[in-house]
Amino acid sequence: MANNGQYGLLIDYEYCSGCHACEVACKKEHEMPKGDFGIKILKDGPRQNSNGKWEYNHIPVPTSLCDLCSTRVEAGKLPTCVHHCQAGVMVYGTMEELAKKVNKDTKAIFSR
Amino acid sequence: MEYNNEYNMDLYPEQLHWQEGDLTATRTTMWSGPGCHEGCQIIFYTDKDGKLVKTEGDPNSPMTQGRLCMRCLELPELVNHADRLKYPMKRVGERGEDKWERVSWDEAYDIIEEKVRQFQKESGPESIISMIGTGRNVSQVIAHNQYANFGGPDLTLCFLSGDSCMLPRTAICYVMMGNQWVADMSQFRATRYEEDPDWQRPECIVIWGTNPVINNADAFLGHWIVEAQKRGSELVVIDPKLTWMAAKAKYWLRLRPGTDAALALGMLNVIINEDLVDHDFIDKWTYGYDALVERVQEYTPEKVAEICWIDKDLLIEAARFYAKAHPSSIQWGLAVDMSQIGTVTAQAIACLAGVTGNIDNPGGNVLIDQASGLEFGYNSGIEYLKPGLIEKRLGNDKYPLKKYGFTASSQSDSILEAIETGEPRPVRMLWIQSSNPIANMGQDAPRIYRALKNKVDFIVVIDLFKTPTAVACADLLLPCAMSNERDCIRVWFDPMRSLTKCSSFYEAKEDEQIMIDLGHRLAPENWPDWVQEPRDYMNWRMEVGNVGFTMETLENEYKGMHYSDYRYFKYEKGLLRPDGLPGFMTPTGRYEFYISLFASWGDDPLPYYKEPPTSPYSTPELFEKYPFVLTTGLRSFEFFHSEWRQADTTSRELHPLPRFDIHPEAAAKYGIADGTWCWIENDLGRMRQIARFDETLDPRVIATEHGWWFPEKEAAEPSLFGVFDCNPNNLIPMCQNGDSGYGAPIKSGIAKVYSCTPENSKHQPTEQVTRLGGYTHGE
Repeated sequence: MANNGQYGLLIDYEYCSGCHACEVACKKEHEMPKGDFGIKILKDGPRQNSNGKWEYNHIPVPTSLCDLCSTRVEAGKLPTCVHHCQAGVMVYGTMEELAKKVNKDTKAIFSR
Repeated sequence: MEYNNEYNMDLYPEQLHWQEGDLTATRTTMWSGPGCHEGCQIIFYTDKDGKLVKTEGDPNSPMTQGRLCMRCLELPELVNHADRLKYPMKRVGERGEDKWERVSWDEAYDIIEEKVRQFQKESGPESIISMIGTGRNVSQVIAHNQYANFGGPDLTLCFLSGDSCMLPRTAICYVMMGNQWVADMSQFRATRYEEDPDWQRPECIVIWGTNPVINNADAFLGHWIVEAQKRGSELVVIDPKLTWMAAKAKYWLRLRPGTDAALALGMLNVIINEDLVDHDFIDKWTYGYDALVERVQEYTPEKVAEICWIDKDLLIEAARFYAKAHPSSIQWGLAVDMSQIGTVTAQAIACLAGVTGNIDNPGGNVLIDQASGLEFGYNSGIEYLKPGLIEKRLGNDKYPLKKYGFTASSQSDSILEAIETGEPRPVRMLWIQSSNPIANMGQDAPRIYRALKNKVDFIVVIDLFKTPTAVACADLLLPCAMSNERDCIRVWFDPMRSLTKCSSFYEAKEDEQIMIDLGHRLAPENWPDWVQEPRDYMNWRMEVGNVGFTMETLENEYKGMHYSDYRYFKYEKGLLRPDGLPGFMTPTGRYEFYISLFASWGDDPLPYYKEPPTSPYSTPELFEKYPFVLTTGLRSFEFFHSEWRQADTTSRELHPLPRFDIHPEAAAKYGIADGTWCWIENDLGRMRQIARFDETLDPRVIATEHGWWFPEKEAAEPSLFGVFDCNPNNLIPMCQNGDSGYGAPIKSGIAKVYSCTPENSKHQPTEQVTRLGGYTHGE
């Protein structure tokens, strides 16, 4: 796909509130029909671990329709999901840059 | 922060307008329907025809920092929606028949003028009442229009029982501390978080009865708390459901709905008896501490744990954590208001902040006024009300808090009773502006429907769409503008913000324009000749209020956001009282745990707990019949109250139908399958929603959504957009308020649940109510 996997998204899903801003921003940017998503929030939980702690994570996953907002990026803007993420947990950059930012378990990197 | 986004600021100039290809960008604030309380900074992109085609978050805003929620991102769908009201319309059939005739604005104004003058002459201006929905930019308009143009004293939340949204909390704060408080996430300064030299990260944030990332209520953006979490703040979440924030919290207290006051008193018991209080603050700045110490002895952790259905040790640990952390902050929400003892609950919670000294301290609960101290809310234009009228407000004779002016609005249940009985005086005309009470705001929706339909001579509804309320009762239906179509200012807390108009829609008018036009017709003596347009109005009020700058200065020089010099510890500096002395603006000058005013009029001056009017303990026999505690108003990212329900919106794509939460064990007991339609019923009425299993709930509690109507269904009765079919307000009473007049058991009723079958679903609730005389106590 775009950028040959050189660029990607880093998502610190520990703090993703599941607010759908990325999903809707993406749908609007790409004028997608109903049912299509360029990024989709998956949900794990809520479920209780054996140690009593609750597991409840939203995990935004880019889909095959994601082009990392190539038109926006060419114009100098951020991908719209990154721009609008209300929790501020998404970063756009080269895989190299993103890899450097990973410093704890809950971060995920998606290349496209 | 390491993972804050790095915007290319060259593309987002800090100016009002710029050109981006074929599109014109306007940088402004969002604050009207369809939209929430928040007032976020947004960039509207309009095409060469002036049509809104796209929105983006504004990276220049210290408040929102480029971010935007899903509803503002899908905004063009509603702004350009085919069903939006385009022209004023006059009813030509019977109420409920959905028969209308397009009229011009002049004709509409002629009709209003004739009716207003008739009612003023026949029954006095007090026979005309204005009713408002949720707190958005219509707040100052509806007040000014009511007082200066119609001349009646009653402005009210549109049938919201006990005015149970923010007003109970605000009223008690004004009585206790002469001000109101908000959790401090550094939002009142342009420098945010660690960039602010004074602000401290709260060590503990208590989230009490709210799901802030979804609801963004009371001008507080929930994701500010997420920023604090990233910086290390720990949460205590008090909620019957495991919200996402509760899952991330250090302590989650799953209390029984409606028992919040007991929990606060139990936490006070622990904090006081373990001497975890701030003695310095208590000695210097508070009143009635000894009486509070005595009162909380009644609320031992054992007793409170039993009342609240929570674990005693968890209560104790959470109380210790809140008291020992510095600073600690409480972000409270609607659930505090929505019990019969809403004000008392707020008082108990405010005592927690008081005994721990978390008042007006960085990262605690800070005292806040309107931006630039400008009166631009429910008291706007009150100076034009004729002497002697304010005393005639409905409900004032019953409720001292209302009588002595600790709110600017009339008690909503008292308005309903006056409409129904004609006592103490007839209600001839209702002006319902941006409210849809039978779909959302009013409790006992069938009762309100009947009162509106049958008991009022003349009703004007001003809204964005043809709502069920409009079809059921409006005689005149007027189209109003959306945020991108408005020139306005916002003063609801710092910073002062401007809304700059960048497009228009058919004949939809700004509420301000309607007020100004009516003003020059009905009460020209109250209106300067030069005030002809909303922008004139803003500048006039800013001048009257001695703001010191104009709307144009706000837009251009202050880049749409003017921050005043926000200061902490104002009570030490003499900044809270007109006499300039240190202390609080209360009769004792202190933060009152023991409310001296309540004592003076014979009410209990200290917080207490009382069971909800229907509950497993107050009505055990009824609970056998209706064996679930019913809490309502479950929020979703996709909707704001009754808005965004149009079938073709992205909101409905993501959230097509109403859902209620039930524990799978409870569901199994009653033969209910996940994802199936169920009836929810009690002695007041019934409604249906789709079961969604939630293992985090107490199996004795169910939680339903609110605000559902179905614009895709037929408007005319008996369909009426299916407004009663899924409406929890069929099951909630009006007129069961607390002693203060505030508060109502909206989130703490009881009900039973059973699966929908063809046999038990012959008549949908809307048909039951509109055609078969059903509900409001039976049928």
